[in-house]
Amino acid sequence: MKKVYVNDKVVSVPDTATVMQACELAGEEIPRVCYHESLSIAGNCRMCLVEVENAAKPVASCAFPVAEGMKINTKSDKVKKARKGVMEFLLINHPLDCPICDQGGECDLQDQSLYYGKSYSRFEENKRAVEDKDFGPLVKTVMTRCIHCTRCVRFLDEVAGTHELGAINRGEQMEIASVVEEGITSELSGNIIDLCPVGALTSKPYAFKARSWELIHHDTIDITDGLGSNLILDEFQGEIKRVLPRFNEDINQEWISDKSRFSYDGLDVQRLDKPFIRDDKNKLIPSDWKTSLNNVTGLLKKYKSDEIAAISGSLTDVETMFVAKELFNSLGIYNLDCRFNGSNFKINNRTDWLFNSKIIGTDKIDKLFIIGCDPKREATVLNARIRKRWLSGDLEIITLCTPNDLTYETTSLGDDVSLLSDPSFLTDIKSFFNGAKYPMIILGDSILSTVEGEKIHSIVKSLSDNCEIIRDGWNGFCVLSAYASRSGGLEIGFLPSKGGLNVKQIKKKISEKKIKLLFLIEADDFDLSDLDIKSTKIIYLGHHGDKHATKAEIILPITAFTEKKALYVNIEGRPQFTKKIIQNKGIAVDSWKIFRALADNFNLKFSYNNHEQLLNKIYKLHPEISFINQIISSEWKSFKSSSIKLKTLKSNFAVVNYYQTCPVTRASNNMANCRKRFLKKDESKFNG
Amino acid sequence: MLDKKDKIFNNLYGLKGKGLKTAKNFGDWTNAKDVILNGKDWILKHVKDSGLRGRGGAGFPTGLKWSFMPSKTEYKPNYLIVNADESEPGTCKDREILRNEPFKLLEGMLYASIAMEVNTAYIYIRGEFYNEFVSLQNAIDECYENNLLGKKILKTDYNLDVYVHRGAGAYICGEESALIESLEGKKGQPRLKPPFPANVGLYGCPTTVSNVETIAVVPAILKRGSEWFAGLGKENNTGTKLFCISGHVNKPCTVEEEMGVDLKELIEKHCGGVLGGWNNLKAVVPGGSSTPLIPASLCNNLAMDFDSLKAVKSGLGTAAVIVMDKSTDIVEAITRFSRFYNHESCGQCTPCREGTGWILKIMKKLCKGTADINDIDKLEDICSQVENHTICALGDAAAWPVQALIRHYRSDLEKRISSSKLVSSAE
Amino acid sequence: MIENKNTKDFEFTKKNLEQVKKIFSKYPDDQKVSAVMPLLDLAMRQIGGWVTESAIKHISSMLNIPFIRAYEVASFYSMFNLEPIGKNFIQICTTTSCWLRGSDNILEVCKKHLNVKNNQTTKDGLFTLKEVECLGACVNAPMVQINDNYYEDLDTESFLNILDSLKEGKKIDIGPQNKKRKGAEPLGSA
Repeated sequence: MKKVYVNDKVVSVPDTATVMQACELAGEEIPRVCYHESLSIAGNCRMCLVEVENAAKPVASCAFPVAEGMKINTKSDKVKKARKGVMEFLLINHPLDCPICDQGGECDLQDQSLYYGKSYSRFEENKRAVEDKDFGPLVKTVMTRCIHCTRCVRFLDEVAGTHELGAINRGEQMEIASVVEEGITSELSGNIIDLCPVGALTSKPYAFKARSWELIHHDTIDITDGLGSNLILDEFQGEIKRVLPRFNEDINQEWISDKSRFSYDGLDVQRLDKPFIRDDKNKLIPSDWKTSLNNVTGLLKKYKSDEIAAISGSLTDVETMFVAKELFNSLGIYNLDCRFNGSNFKINNRTDWLFNSKIIGTDKIDKLFIIGCDPKREATVLNARIRKRWLSGDLEIITLCTPNDLTYETTSLGDDVSLLSDPSFLTDIKSFFNGAKYPMIILGDSILSTVEGEKIHSIVKSLSDNCEIIRDGWNGFCVLSAYASRSGGLEIGFLPSKGGLNVKQIKKKISEKKIKLLFLIEADDFDLSDLDIKSTKIIYLGHHGDKHATKAEIILPITAFTEKKALYVNIEGRPQFTKKIIQNKGIAVDSWKIFRALADNFNLKFSYNNHEQLLNKIYKLHPEISFINQIISSEWKSFKSSSIKLKTLKSNFAVVNYYQTCPVTRASNNMANCRKRFLKKDESKFNG
Repeated sequence: MLDKKDKIFNNLYGLKGKGLKTAKNFGDWTNAKDVILNGKDWILKHVKDSGLRGRGGAGFPTGLKWSFMPSKTEYKPNYLIVNADESEPGTCKDREILRNEPFKLLEGMLYASIAMEVNTAYIYIRGEFYNEFVSLQNAIDECYENNLLGKKILKTDYNLDVYVHRGAGAYICGEESALIESLEGKKGQPRLKPPFPANVGLYGCPTTVSNVETIAVVPAILKRGSEWFAGLGKENNTGTKLFCISGHVNKPCTVEEEMGVDLKELIEKHCGGVLGGWNNLKAVVPGGSSTPLIPASLCNNLAMDFDSLKAVKSGLGTAAVIVMDKSTDIVEAITRFSRFYNHESCGQCTPCREGTGWILKIMKKLCKGTADINDIDKLEDICSQVENHTICALGDAAAWPVQALIRHYRSDLEKRISSSKLVSSAE
Repeated sequence: MIENKNTKDFEFTKKNLEQVKKIFSKYPDDQKVSAVMPLLDLAMRQIGGWVTESAIKHISSMLNIPFIRAYEVASFYSMFNLEPIGKNFIQICTTTSCWLRGSDNILEVCKKHLNVKNNQTTKDGLFTLKEVECLGACVNAPMVQINDNYYEDLDTESFLNILDSLKEGKKIDIGPQNKKRKGAEPLGSA
């Protein structure tokens, strides 16, 4: 610790502190535009100049290291003059278009000019003209507003790792530009809107939609991937106007992916607002709850319990799966699975599917082995965190069956799964992990959905034990699932039991015409494409008329995550709630209530009648997820397998279409535009 | 007045031939092995004792600068970079060394490298100096062929590789940290300091950047003795110096003189005097565009050295004397400087990027006479908002000439505005 | 985004690839990025005085750096021309030292003689005119740079003579044009 004086006030600061940090510790606010805690220091805006005793000139406090006994002055005339001068320079070429600028009301430049600037303008010349840039469907540019802080450039270089922006030309002619046609392809591009201290980069979908001071902020969580990133949803007059990240050091820090940020427009279109029933003419006609639920009850009674199956999808909340499971099990139905993508593995306990090191654990890993997933597109923010760790040095990463554009250097072991069962592989991998303090294996849920999934899970678990991935106070065995619902489903066991069928077996039985009644609970991503489903009646629960809706016998409309308070568990095993912000569409209901109502139709006495009672029951049976926003660790069960052989199976498990992965994102116009613009080259690969 | 025997650059104009052989005839590389064997501490001591101050503009004591370099380590080499990005308007002294006396530079680099434990050195030469680059490269090749560079130089254990890196048109790369960035393959944008290059320089390694002339006089200091060098000029302003006298003189030239030479003597003896005679002098810019101009009234008995010029609120800079006679439109002369700084601002930091443009715009108005009387105060204020607030010294350099113009010629500026107002109201 | 002015893929000639090797040898193995400026210069010489987008791309991939980093460099330094230029690239210095000695006359005469404005190329593609900042030959003012060479101590007559000679393909001596001195020495001292 060093002792420094800020305006004669003594403060003790860490040895590596900057003058700015010292000032903040002393309670002095220092204006800044280019400085950002999560980016490298540029020192270019010069707003943070302060006086340091014996220094010839005012120093940029963001970059200047403290020294023992240093005397800092933030209030002298020199400092005031410096700030006023810099602010004037920032403004001379900045347009006076605040009334039509979306940054208005939350603009660093606006705020700081009020406190540190002059109240008049002395600039009588013409302002600089700068051409706007086309960065794609998400980021709108008004480049005359740019003050060249380079935060956006640094973000894409350092955090996103895509290097798509630069400051070209020099001097007064310097401008921020991208030099590739596509614009900014990074899945994290929206964050540069938040980072831009002025209105040069704003949200295209949000353009002129609201004024920031009229918005109502709601805290909720993201369900477009398995991370459970924390969000702020801004609402105005009952509509979601925009989505922003909410800081959570343990999960997403201050970033969110473009899918989290921009897919909200999908919540307003293609919505199901009433039940539908297929009539004699094979047409879906609108219905009411009583009729449709009676029809469902009738079908449940009609078929034998082993002819009935239920699959939940990526957006399904814990409550729904819990009540559905209780209902189905009570009726002797055990063909249940939340792993709609067919991932399969033997479960000892929670550590078998969790991201055991926790997301924050990636900050200290020193050896990493990634198997069979696409973290850049399945867990975008987590991927950026791995990159950040990699950038800071001393992290070696090897991959098997992954794409090669993960934004950090990796040594690829190829894309053949069977390498895992190669006799010499264990020795190699042991020597790789040798000496590691915080070793990690990320095992993709994607690879577990292959025919060899179960074996792969066993091999990697055994490998983890052999390589001491799990040790005192550290469990580096991390399963990565891309789905918000997955951990919750596994926690409460929305899984086959008592000889019930898993997803793969259900599929097989459908093709054998032995499943007569299939509940698809938001399970549009359950792949029916090569199945003959003529003999299978589908009960479809969803908030969107998505992929499988037209195949349904009965459609039951439910609420989306912005319309309900619902429990989700992220990949770490962290339970979090969504918040009810928007009114239900039509007569759609929270999906758990459907199963609760069906229970009544069967005269089953369920002990809960409202959400709170339901939660209490869930907490009681599953205490691991009863502490909201906290992770309860579970003990690893050592597991060694031997001589499992894997078939050759080649894939890199790249997500082809990052933008459209669930009913909401598929309904989103923003996401469709992104796909069109950024994934042009891969268009031929799409089948949906 | 510099005695002929005290001259360092005997073939400054290349009139006496080219090549290593010619250079050797003038004493280059004689006793080089002895100097090498005298070693690091001996060299450092003599450079320190000579009182040599950097010839690139800032005048920082060379020996002291070199002593900031840590010992090289196994992991990080030390680097020497010679700054041959000569771009300060008015300045063309290094050009003469590069094309006509390159062996002095290379010999000096060898000694500097020994003093700083350097085995790889770069010369960053401005891109426009293509023919100068060719001469320099030829000289380097000749040195390699004659075991004066490369491995086991002159059969000692000392190795030095010298490479030339050409710039590509950016004045800012004369700033040492921008030069390092440029050499690393990036835009030439100055770095924040600390850390200083002696700790974190080229490729993150300890680095010293020295001006061509500074390095090129080192062999003379080491061979003729630091006392000899220190005996020239006066205390704290020692040695000889290359002056480039351009503008309104009868015979513009680059010439070596004793530090502290009288300005009038310099001009009259070497340049055939001011056009129209000494009394026709309006002002001089004594050390390149960034040094504040000095009106004729202060030019009598003016010693051309660091401290004397500082005393008249200017500086020696690069010793590039730009002479302006009474016919000069002094506002236009300074506007050209403002245009230069506007063109050369790297754009990185706010006060320089925005300030140089604004200064130029007002200067142009002053030239045309379309400025308002309040513009003078405004301009002065803008300059003071740029000065001291930028990452590197370019901002200061842009402000100083304008500040000096206002300081010395405010009444002229005012007259020009009011007379043009009269004209326009008469029309 | 820069316009696609030249879609042809750039590659260094075999001869220039030898040069590339030489350039690389100047820098440590892990610091090849240092070669970006020399490579851009080499490409510019190969293409004919300017550098295409495709060349910048090619160089960025040779150096394993993002395209934007190489483009930033190409756009930052004034010597990298991002537009085609004429066979003779005339750069007239008009900074103070040259201006004091009549560079504005040279510029005006040049514009008239070639019938071009600043930053324009003559219709025959022989000349491109650019007014530039100080070229560092101030004691030989006024001066111009044409391609790699400096022509110094000019007056309008000697300057026009250079233009005509270049047009006719005649050889001209570089350096001072007043025939009274060789370089930066005081007139008459040689």
